[in-house]
Amino acid sequence: MHPRCSGVAPAAGEDANMNKAIISVKALVKIYKMGDVEVHALRGVNAEILNDDFVAIMGKSGSGKSTFMNIIGCLDVPTRGQYQLDGVDVSSLSKDQLANLRNRKIGFVFQSFNLLSRTSALENVELPLMYNKKITSREMRERSLDALEAVGLADRAHHFPNQLSGGEQQRVAIARSLVNDPVVILADEPTGNLDTRTSIDVMGIFQKLNEKGITIVIVTHESDIAAYTKRNITFRDGKIIRAVEVEKPRNAAYELANMPVMAEEEEEV
Amino acid sequence: MKLKNLLKAALRSLAKNKMRTFLTMLGIIIGVASVIAMLAIGEGSKQSIQAQISTLGTNVLMIFPQASNTGGVRMEAGSSQKMTIDDVTAISDRCPSVAYVTPQVRSSGQLVNGNMNWRTSVYGVYPNYFEIRNLKLMSGNLFTMNDDRSATKVCVIGQTVVTNLFGADTDPVGSFIRINKIPFKIVGITEKKGQNAFGQDQDDMVIAPFSTVQKRIMAVTYIQSMLASAKSEPLIPVASQEITDVLKAKHNLGPSEDADFTIRTQTDIAAAATATSGILTILLATIASISLLVGGIGIMNIMLVSVTERTREIGIRMSVGARGRDVLLQFLIEALLISLLGGFIGVTLGVLVSQLIANILSWPVTITIQSILMSFLFSSAIGIFFGWYPARKAAGLNPIDALRYE
Ligand SMILES: Nc1ncnc2c1ncn2[C@@H]1O[C@H](COP(=O)(O)OP(=O)(O)O)[C@@H](O)[C@H]1O
Ligand SMILES: [Mg+2]
Repeated sequence: MHPRCSGVAPAAGEDANMNKAIISVKALVKIYKMGDVEVHALRGVNAEILNDDFVAIMGKSGSGKSTFMNIIGCLDVPTRGQYQLDGVDVSSLSKDQLANLRNRKIGFVFQSFNLLSRTSALENVELPLMYNKKITSREMRERSLDALEAVGLADRAHHFPNQLSGGEQQRVAIARSLVNDPVVILADEPTGNLDTRTSIDVMGIFQKLNEKGITIVIVTHESDIAAYTKRNITFRDGKIIRAVEVEKPRNAAYELANMPVMAEEEEEV
Repeated sequence: MKLKNLLKAALRSLAKNKMRTFLTMLGIIIGVASVIAMLAIGEGSKQSIQAQISTLGTNVLMIFPQASNTGGVRMEAGSSQKMTIDDVTAISDRCPSVAYVTPQVRSSGQLVNGNMNWRTSVYGVYPNYFEIRNLKLMSGNLFTMNDDRSATKVCVIGQTVVTNLFGADTDPVGSFIRINKIPFKIVGITEKKGQNAFGQDQDDMVIAPFSTVQKRIMAVTYIQSMLASAKSEPLIPVASQEITDVLKAKHNLGPSEDADFTIRTQTDIAAAATATSGILTILLATIASISLLVGGIGIMNIMLVSVTERTREIGIRMSVGARGRDVLLQFLIEALLISLLGGFIGVTLGVLVSQLIANILSWPVTITIQSILMSFLFSSAIGIFFGWYPARKAAGLNPIDALRYE
């Protein structure tokens, strides 16, 4: 059984052991060069994200949230600055080593789901494991089914993306992000393309995964969504201007259970 | 990524665009099929030429007097009168690698049997001519050296002559015919041989003792050419050298002087014929290969389109940990699958087309295993070669740029 999918969850709390930094960036700078024009997307970002944390990154459009996520997700490299992921200095790694890091330590969820079309949900979830030679086909299948189970889609394993709703597609993407047992799941506006109810649904899944001990960082510009996380970091013009603990995080599971379907629909109108 | 998964992914993406995959493959199919068919035609004609050349005889050497420049007039080969019966004796006495040697004269003869007549070549040779040329009798007996010494008027005739003078399915051994008005007794009939490599009917001839033809029909003292055979195939060049030495000595020519005769061996003739058909084969195969090359360019073209279309897919794969080489391999395998599958279908089609050519046009075709293997190797090499650049391009993408691609 896959440990992260097991029911045994370490308590999220102040335990000193649990609070080691998974992500640690210092003086991170990213400059995009477009011809003669330089866009300073990040202007010296310092941040630490601890084990078991559930962070929402907020800020206006263009403030550098995605740039930051792409760098900590090893999809892009910073212009300057230091980045340590799970104790490894990422700045000096080669392209292949970065690919390995993405494969073993990171799960990424995108706003636009980014599933392979005409490929079943199960096979989409299996994708990260395919690039890990140590994993047998059998193990791959089992772990992927477990991951789908964890997002409540076990019965949709053989559906194709175009047969699934947006919320379901995003849940498949979340299953894919957690199947490789990553140290952190990074989600860039995971609810950006979803309606309110489905958004809460997705946040509920993240909360459940976080309770099981997975570190999660999401980007959102909606404070309603950020309220489901434990800590909010706000970006402006490529810098962090505020980092606050969420006093009393909302509970998605509880809210969903008490949400009348009709009320939700009226709200949408 | 494991091979099994790579193959599965490649097959799936090829299946996604069936029509496109098929059209791309068609280039390779046509290319491979034409290579196979062209090589089959080339090889077939080569083999049939070789088979015909072997009907010349075994390890045959032909010795002609060389055209000389005497008097400033270059004469036609074989028209010289310098070769004599002494040369034949010298060769048979002093050339250990030569098994048989016979003088040869040829005259045209008007044959008459009653009211039937027929015009054909009359050869004057020693009886060992039959050994050299592998000729066999189907009826009667061969004339002997005694017949030659006394210039007896006997002859052996071919099937075509029999048919024309006596009618089909008759055995005229013992009958008399007139050759240029001289009566000859038929002592034997040769086995049917059919046409030779140059389209001549080998059964349309009369063979008589050398002296008989030389003295009684032609009334000359020279011989036109000699026919010899070496003791074994590897001895052909040795025999040729021995004959050269003996004849030069006989004709008082120094070793550095030009010979006044030419020797042509069966190996030379075979080599010349094979070279001609080899050039033909190369020409045909080259033209066919060009179409294979065009097929390869088709693969490259479609793979480039595919890489562009699937940039986002590449980005997704990279975001979950695919390395450059995983992406490279994926696209390369797709290109390879197209070319191998195309190669397989092409080989099948090529074999069918060759058979069709053999049956309908009744051309000789021979399909060799080598040509099949070569086509396979060539088409997979084309897949790798033309797939490499697009695959390289895909592998070199940045994950974040690929993901952002619209
Ligand atoms: N690939 C790129 N090339 C050039 N400029 C970019 C690129 N990506 C982002 N930017 C710029 O960097 C800044 C930060 O962008 P981004 O990180 O996407 O912001 P956010 O996700 O907070 O909306 C913006 O001004 C944006 O225009
Ligand atoms: Mg963004």
